[in-house]
Amino acid sequence: MRTPALGLTFEVMLDVKNLQFNYGGLAEANPVLSFPDFSVARGEEKLLLGDSGTGKTTLLHLIAGMLTPDQGHVMLAGEDFGRLQGAARDRFRGRHIGIVFQQAHFVQSLTVLENLQLPGLLTGEATDQVEAEALLRELGLGHKIHAAVSALSVGEQQRVSIARAVIHKPGLILADEPTSALDDGNAKAVVDLLRRQAAKAKSALLIVTHDNRLKARFDSRIELIAQ
Amino acid sequence: MNLVSIARRNVFHRPLSTGLSVLLLAFGVGMISILLLVQRQLTEDFDRNIRDIDMVLGAKGSPLQLILANVYHVDVPTGNISLPAAEEVVAHPFVASGIPLAYGDNYRMHRIVGTEWTYPEHYGCTLVEGSRWAAPFEVVLGEAVARSTGLTLGDTFFSAHGLADETDVHGDKTFVVVGLLEGSGSVIDQLILTSVETIWAVHDHPGEVIDPADREITAMLLKKRNPMAILTLPRLLQDSNMQIALPSIELNRLTQQFGIGLQTIRAIALLIMVLSFVSVFIALFNSLRDRRYELALMRTMGGTPRALFTLIVTEGLWMTCMGIAAGLLLSRVGIAVLSSVVEDQFHYDWSQMGAASGEGVLVGLAFAVGLLAAAIPAVSVVKMDISRTLGAGR
Repeated sequence: MRTPALGLTFEVMLDVKNLQFNYGGLAEANPVLSFPDFSVARGEEKLLLGDSGTGKTTLLHLIAGMLTPDQGHVMLAGEDFGRLQGAARDRFRGRHIGIVFQQAHFVQSLTVLENLQLPGLLTGEATDQVEAEALLRELGLGHKIHAAVSALSVGEQQRVSIARAVIHKPGLILADEPTSALDDGNAKAVVDLLRRQAAKAKSALLIVTHDNRLKARFDSRIELIAQ
Repeated sequence: MNLVSIARRNVFHRPLSTGLSVLLLAFGVGMISILLLVQRQLTEDFDRNIRDIDMVLGAKGSPLQLILANVYHVDVPTGNISLPAAEEVVAHPFVASGIPLAYGDNYRMHRIVGTEWTYPEHYGCTLVEGSRWAAPFEVVLGEAVARSTGLTLGDTFFSAHGLADETDVHGDKTFVVVGLLEGSGSVIDQLILTSVETIWAVHDHPGEVIDPADREITAMLLKKRNPMAILTLPRLLQDSNMQIALPSIELNRLTQQFGIGLQTIRAIALLIMVLSFVSVFIALFNSLRDRRYELALMRTMGGTPRALFTLIVTEGLWMTCMGIAAGLLLSRVGIAVLSSVVEDQFHYDWSQMGAASGEGVLVGLAFAVGLLAAAIPAVSVVKMDISRTLGAGR
């Protein structure tokens, strides 16, 4: 197993092969899910499309190491991420992946800025406050830096959660249905923001969605079909 | 920002449920702490006042009453005894020395005690001003008496009959203050001391001549020369109207009796403490249910199970520490209130606020149980399935 050396850039950030997963229980209720092989390189953008029930979220959780595959592997930054155990996996995930969830969630007792600094605190790599504030200003949230997260509008919350996902310049940015609750205008804005930030951080970007509005905007797509 | 400060922010983010837990804990710790302080104060006071008084000779009656009346000056005497008979006991070879005490009057609730100069000396009291009493009706004031009555050298006053009554004033007998004693923290501070002759003179009728053999005193404080005195003397007095009481034994009996009350309060306090820990437990558990998504999110951001465990336990400890601190503060305030009430009634000084010996154990115990109450919900966070919590398989 190769260990990523410091400063080394991997051409292929994420590589998924022969991935299979089974939730257990009755075969009719929970069939074995198989996923197509694919990879995303650093700086590349990819759309993972699929309707409900095609296992999109399962795949996302497998990639993020929140589920352990029954078969196949998830290589992330040269590491067989799916095989890491316990705290090592949590730390690896924290360092290399930034996740934007469908619904933005925050630590309610902390301010917007502190929520941005949280990933750095948890991985032990302190976040530069000046940098965090600059990022918030760039996203048009300069006036909300010290606000409580409960004071944010839905659109602002989504922007802060994108900021939180990119602040530590992860190798891979995963976005789970980031536009499903948004109107056309906002959906476009959020996707643009994600692409811009991913490009800036030279991250691989994988957007998981059933939102067909995004289809035309991405050249590189993987489509999941019902199994 | 670190885990400890995030924990603090989380705790203060839910002021109501945190407040309830802290309040319950504060009451539990506070009550037990008050009990410990009171117990220490009582023991210290009692010990200080017993000081080398091995036996008390007095009239037959309740031995506890005899001790309370003549050593602590809080109860009425059992009666009078004959001075010559008492002196006979003091002359016994097993007895080293005796201090006579005679009562009868008070001035503004402070007892006027006829005795010998050996009495204040026994408690290590020395004069700060003036001289010892010489002629009848000359008195020396204890420190607290001088403070509360405002009397000073050369002042005069009338006494009232009885020990705690101001209605029947002996208007014809004028006492004069000739000396002031230094404070000693003992009962002497609360007394007006004079000669035994003064007490007799107050109650003698003018022109009446009394045979010295008929003179009476209230009690005699005895110091033994030989340990056998404790066994021998009571038997010698069996057929007289006198008895000998042992302060240490009577005191034990007393603490055993009000010990039942103390135990009840202690049981209630422990119950409150148990409730407070249940409340810390429920407060954390409820908040975790609301924050499951938030906590799963922290895992996706690189938070290890150990970090989340630390966070939750630290939240519990913040509540526990605030409760303990508030409880200790509460007990001091309680003691301060109690002391202002009690000093008036029983003439004791309750102003000591230092940590009582059992309080270290109390704080340690409260801390340990707080840790446990937080650890159980924290384990559930460690075991959390983040994929399911974040909504896999929707």
